[in-house]
Amino acid sequence: MIPASFDYHRPESLAAAVQLLGSLGEEARAVAGGHSLIPMMKLRMAVPEHLVDLRSIAELKGICIEGRAVSIGAMTTQAEVIASDALAQVCPILRETALQIADPQIRNLGTLGGNVANGDPGNDMPASMQVLDAQFEVAGPEGKRKIAARDFYEAAFFTALGEGEIMTAIHFEAPSASHGYAYEKQKRKIGDYATAAAAVILVMEGGRCSQASIGLTNLSDTPLYAQAASEALVGSSLDPAAIDAAVAAAEAIADPVTDSRGPSHFRRKLAGVMLRRAIASAQNRAA
Amino acid sequence: MSKKAISMTVNGRPVEAPAEPRTLLIHYLREQLDLTGPHIGCDTGHCGACTVDLDGQSVKSCMVFAIQAEGAEVTTIEGLAQPDGRLHALQEAFREHHGLQCGYCTPGMITRAYRLLQENPDPSEQEIRYGISGNLCRCTGYQNIVRAIQAAAQNLNSVPEAAE
Repeated sequence: MIPASFDYHRPESLAAAVQLLGSLGEEARAVAGGHSLIPMMKLRMAVPEHLVDLRSIAELKGICIEGRAVSIGAMTTQAEVIASDALAQVCPILRETALQIADPQIRNLGTLGGNVANGDPGNDMPASMQVLDAQFEVAGPEGKRKIAARDFYEAAFFTALGEGEIMTAIHFEAPSASHGYAYEKQKRKIGDYATAAAAVILVMEGGRCSQASIGLTNLSDTPLYAQAASEALVGSSLDPAAIDAAVAAAEAIADPVTDSRGPSHFRRKLAGVMLRRAIASAQNRAA
Repeated sequence: MSKKAISMTVNGRPVEAPAEPRTLLIHYLREQLDLTGPHIGCDTGHCGACTVDLDGQSVKSCMVFAIQAEGAEVTTIEGLAQPDGRLHALQEAFREHHGLQCGYCTPGMITRAYRLLQENPDPSEQEIRYGISGNLCRCTGYQNIVRAIQAAAQNLNSVPEAAE
């Protein structure tokens, strides 16, 4: 499979990339790791006339941690996310999520920014971004702005990213040091998108859950922040009734399509199963 | 679109060949450089038959444009044996332990295992299975592949000078 012809550009600064995307207009596409876009180009479902490769822009790379404030450059690869002990120290859910994305070769090129900006409901990082209440920093012709992860996703492949804008960084405050976390993903095989997946972060104080945050992957046309399910846990001891209530609330907002991964009602039930496992795992890990 | 000379270092040798921006690295290697060791299997980034080493990392060369690898260092299966033809420890181990049947996945499998052993010289069986999870084999059931990689790791660790 050979993509349609295009012109290739590899700017070395963010300013140059923004300028290029602005001047080339809507026939240009930015490419990060390329592992979503290049397959689409090979299928000719994407036929950009210009490809603006972000790989040489040093300012889009790197993980910066100051106290509990975390900033990750959008071009940081999944392999770099996994390799960062400093990141795993303050926010281990990102390593756990990245390890369940695709396979080693793909994680070497696939980027955090690409995974969150792509808007494919099958991408794994967006659910973890929901639970972290992350902010996405973008740069465009009008300058820089931040968009909350919880406001970013509009529909499958439709996001708040505007014309000519590039995702530049992901910012969030790491949860308190005692937090428990889990990303539980059911997939048919290595490399597959989730049949259902759940991200959970929770904090326990004196046997009671004082904070909970739940996100769901590939169970709707956008990643889901399960607010009612999260609230069902807060204040409880994570007793069976509270967990049942959270699972019911999560299943209520899950609206998965019937596809090769299974019928809709199966995938909705599986969302509940993943959520139960994720809550149990997060509870075990909470200090 | 017009072709442009693209240069990189492949198996330690500087190369330059014309390619369009849309030319994938796997096609550049196979058709311009006659390096037909890396195979085209699924052509969709799943099977890993096209795995090569790009600047010290395993990648699937069907998912990278040649122009993106401009100036990079690439190693293919052809670059693993010694110049005098002596096989790499992994190649020996795949032969010894029958780590292949039809052989189609083998170049990608060995090239991936080569990098895996650089990253983790003494992997557990589980780490090997996880490390080669981006490479599909439809013949062996992986059992002998894992044995071959374990044997090669042992061999490389006991004879440090053979490590490269």
